[in-house]
Amino acid sequence: MSETVEKIQSIESAGASAIGSVASLAELEDVRIHFLGRKAELNDILKSIATLPPEEKGPVGKAGNQARGKLEALLAARQEELETAALTQLLEQDRIDITLPGSPVAGGGALHPITRVRREIEDVFIGMGYKVAEGPEVEKVHYNFDALNHSPNHPAREWTDTFYFEDDVLLRTHTSPVQIRVMEEQPPPVFVIVPGKVYRRDSDATHTPMFHQIEGLAVDEGITLSDLRGTLLEFSRAIFGEDREVRLRPHFFPFTEPSVEIDVSCFKCSGKGHLKDGSRCNLCKGTGWIEILGAGMVDPNVFSYVRDSGYDPEKVQGFAFGMGVERIAFLKHGIPDLRLFYENDLRLLAQFEAGGY
Amino acid sequence: MRVPLNWLNEYCDSGLGVHELAERLAMTGTEVERIGRHGAAETDGFVVGKVLTREKHPDADKLSVCSVDVGADEPVTIVCGAPNVDAGQTVAVVQPGAVMPDGTKIKKAKLRGVESNGMILSERELEISEDHDGIIQLEQHFDVGGVAAGAPLAEVLAPGQDVLELEITPNRPDCLGVHGVAREVHAITGNPLAELELGPAPEGDETFDITVEDHTLCPRFTARIFRDVKVGPSPLWLKERLSAAGQRPINNVVDITNYVMLLTSQPMHAFDMDKIRGNKLVIRHAAHEEKITTLDDVERTLDGQMLVVCDAEGPTGIAGVMGGQISEVSSETTNVLLEIAAWNGPNIHRTSQKLALRSEASGRFEKGLSPILPLEVQEIASKLMVELTGATLVSSTIDVAGEISQPQPIELREARVEGLLGTRIPIARCAEILEHLDFKVEMSGENLLATPPHYRSNDVTREADLIEEVARIQGVDTFPATLPESPTAIGSFSPAQKLKRGLEDLLAANGYSESITWSFTSEAALNKLAPGGELPGVRLRIANPLSEDQSVMRPLVLGGLLEVAQHNFARGADAVRTFEVGTVYNGTISDPVEHTALALLLSGAPHAASWRDAAPGEGDFFALKGIIEAISANSGVEIGFEPLDGDDHPYLIPGRSATLVAGGQSVGYLGEIHPLVAKEHDISGATAAELNLDLVAAALPAPTTFESFTSFPPSREDIAVVVPQNVPAAEVIAAVESSGGKYLQNANVFDVFEGEQVGEGKKSLAIRLTYAAPDRTLTDKETEKARKSITQKLEEIGGALRG
Repeated sequence: MSETVEKIQSIESAGASAIGSVASLAELEDVRIHFLGRKAELNDILKSIATLPPEEKGPVGKAGNQARGKLEALLAARQEELETAALTQLLEQDRIDITLPGSPVAGGGALHPITRVRREIEDVFIGMGYKVAEGPEVEKVHYNFDALNHSPNHPAREWTDTFYFEDDVLLRTHTSPVQIRVMEEQPPPVFVIVPGKVYRRDSDATHTPMFHQIEGLAVDEGITLSDLRGTLLEFSRAIFGEDREVRLRPHFFPFTEPSVEIDVSCFKCSGKGHLKDGSRCNLCKGTGWIEILGAGMVDPNVFSYVRDSGYDPEKVQGFAFGMGVERIAFLKHGIPDLRLFYENDLRLLAQFEAGGY
Repeated sequence: MRVPLNWLNEYCDSGLGVHELAERLAMTGTEVERIGRHGAAETDGFVVGKVLTREKHPDADKLSVCSVDVGADEPVTIVCGAPNVDAGQTVAVVQPGAVMPDGTKIKKAKLRGVESNGMILSERELEISEDHDGIIQLEQHFDVGGVAAGAPLAEVLAPGQDVLELEITPNRPDCLGVHGVAREVHAITGNPLAELELGPAPEGDETFDITVEDHTLCPRFTARIFRDVKVGPSPLWLKERLSAAGQRPINNVVDITNYVMLLTSQPMHAFDMDKIRGNKLVIRHAAHEEKITTLDDVERTLDGQMLVVCDAEGPTGIAGVMGGQISEVSSETTNVLLEIAAWNGPNIHRTSQKLALRSEASGRFEKGLSPILPLEVQEIASKLMVELTGATLVSSTIDVAGEISQPQPIELREARVEGLLGTRIPIARCAEILEHLDFKVEMSGENLLATPPHYRSNDVTREADLIEEVARIQGVDTFPATLPESPTAIGSFSPAQKLKRGLEDLLAANGYSESITWSFTSEAALNKLAPGGELPGVRLRIANPLSEDQSVMRPLVLGGLLEVAQHNFARGADAVRTFEVGTVYNGTISDPVEHTALALLLSGAPHAASWRDAAPGEGDFFALKGIIEAISANSGVEIGFEPLDGDDHPYLIPGRSATLVAGGQSVGYLGEIHPLVAKEHDISGATAAELNLDLVAAALPAPTTFESFTSFPPSREDIAVVVPQNVPAAEVIAAVESSGGKYLQNANVFDVFEGEQVGEGKKSLAIRLTYAAPDRTLTDKETEKARKSITQKLEEIGGALRG
């Protein structure tokens, strides 16, 4: 081995040792210049290869390039080490107060609880194959009463009970007129629900002159009262919990025959009528049941008003139901006073910001 | 309808406890509002007593000291204030420890030095009548021979009883009678139903001149004549029944009419026959503005559609609604003509409504009582008239009737029962239920023919009605729960419904809370939206509003949201961001026009303040415009902003407002609220917008189709354009876009500057231009060319490129 090669090897080991011992990026740069800079000894050796005797040229060149490559690799590695350490140190000193509030998103808005409940009910029926129908609020007596088989002296027709614009034009008192409008437009089968505002001439602690209903109508061949029960059982479980039961009580409505009222088993006391501490359940008043809606099989007289649209009462039959949205909202969310629904106090609305999944 | 349980049990004893009976009634269609109580809550301590001796109280003139056998080892001493108490009487005694109907607890007490061990009771104390003149002498009213002293009083006279308070649906006027309810109990339980007791044959064939002029409105008018009537108090049992049913006893004749009505549901009227002038009755239409003074001492003015019952000299009563004073039964009455009639329900209803006069009778007649019922009820009432007033029945039923239709048989198909209910009820069971309900039933092959009783013939006319009867008695709650088998039913929302939901969510996510305000408003509230004037437009006005505040249908939502802001600022809110989606009403009553509006109101900061943005500033036109732009982006419906047209929006500041345009037509407004309108609502200012969502929905674009986008990088360039101040930015952008060539992708204003550098009356708009080509990176030369063309175009509208 030539002297020159030995020299190179000693430079390389000195360089490696120097690189290993630097503590900062600045020192590392000094070491780089010292060992690999233009004026470095190794550079001089490589530049002078041409002057060497031919048999040394090969070994010296090879050793020189190897040494340079190794030192460059060591430098790069060391540089990365030092940079990482510097960054780590910087990040360790970077401390924010994580308890400060986050920058607000634009949010903070909420849907009205009536909308929330209405959507929840709509979604249940959409899942059962229903579409959503709508209709006018300023309505004809024909659709609101006559075609729904209300007798000429039915008390709801009174001007004391219903808002009128003139003798034949009123504010609808229920969403039921849309039953007729839908059947006029479309032959059976029909599966629709009808959400909307309705109006009655009543204003006290338990009545507001405007409120919200959801109507349901299912007409096809062979739809039975048992289907009504099953449908409303599914609905009650979806809205009030999967352990609910429903109870059908006979009732009277002009536009259904037979007519029933539907009770759902109380979800506060699980239908027992009393709470765990033995006290009477105030939600169901100790009965274990809560009335939620009126329903029944569509009266043949109602079909006779839309016979020309394909509703032959000997061939098709179906059920209808109607419920108050405020009542369901009261039952589900405990909003105790009807008036709160229409005050639109932001403090109430803010309580309904959460998604309520 | 109050049904005393004891009375009900007399006709059909369910054998059930009152709570179970109430439950069974409720589950078969007779709603029980509550289980009430008449008289004492508990009957313990109420016993039969025999007065052994009576002596005058040593220290009180009006008191007696009685020794009373109450079944104990020794007689007890009771001090009594009644003048009629005497030895030998059988009396009702309440003992110490018992609680009176009015809640008073009876204690041993010293009265003027003599200890009294209870009380001897009067009718008033037992809530039987108002009579408090003396104590009840039981032996005068009941056969007390076999009743031992100390026996529970309830064996003779109930000191307290349960009363079912029923809510009778309008289709069941027959259940406005105790016997009708008893028939329901009969059908539910199968226990026997006692028939109503009918009266004796008449002793004589007197008659009376009765004319009915309109049998459509008075299908039947019947009368019976009773002579030698002795008007006086009713017997105790009758008074007790009436008071338990909530009816005040008056005298035996009136009490009989009330009692029979409560039993059978049929109202009736007793005339003092001697006061009927001219010995005739005519039932006719009232003359226009004819006057009559009714029993309640009020003069009423009638119209030609109302019926009156007249004697020879004029009206004595309003048919089916209320009698008149002229022929009222009094204590001197000796001859009674008992009227039992059938009236046209809707006509009675109309009369009662027009006169604002509701009576027990009108409430029953308006539901449509059977025209056959009066014949039966005459028989029932006659028995009591003869037995309780000592009268002689001297006529058969004088019956003036039109053509009365008889109930017709209705077919009930077994298959149809299952087809409608979804559960099988054997035809034999259907027959049994209908027979219990007094239908005449005969089999006809697989099916049956059922004829409803006359008193149900309005309510039951079709097969579906028969099925309802069968279903409710069988128990609708026993039916299975199934789901319709309708494979074609697919649930979905319409695009308009999806849009509404999508926008509601968008607005809530952007900090707007949803309000629901009244559909009603008032002219006064609407005029608050028009400073110094009236809000233009025609309105739908309610003819019978609850109050003037709620007398007009809102033609726009704005007023409601301003009130929401007012309400919330008054309660300490620091900003109000709210929206409403609801109907607004325009057009005329003969042609009303409704549409769904989306309204927005921003008052205060556009978003919540924070430590990074302590003062977000007041929301303004542009804050809400951003929301409208978000609505446009979300819906895909391009919404343009054009200067406000006309003076339809007096509530906006004209220079800070816009008409919203979509699908080529105006769909709403956006603008800052007029300061005077804000002031009227006690708020400092607001920005509002309202969109006709129906029109926006009609402009919804077709579903998005994919367009390929270039992979070559765009080149961007910023220009500054100086234009006169009155040139809208939109016009500048339109000029740029029309002249920028096919590679100009978009042009956006990112800064607006006014000041000395740009000169008086001018503004500088900084615009970022983005160019791109689908197939290559554009060269500087190409963008340079576009820019030249833009410069030229801008000069045409008085603009110049700056810098």
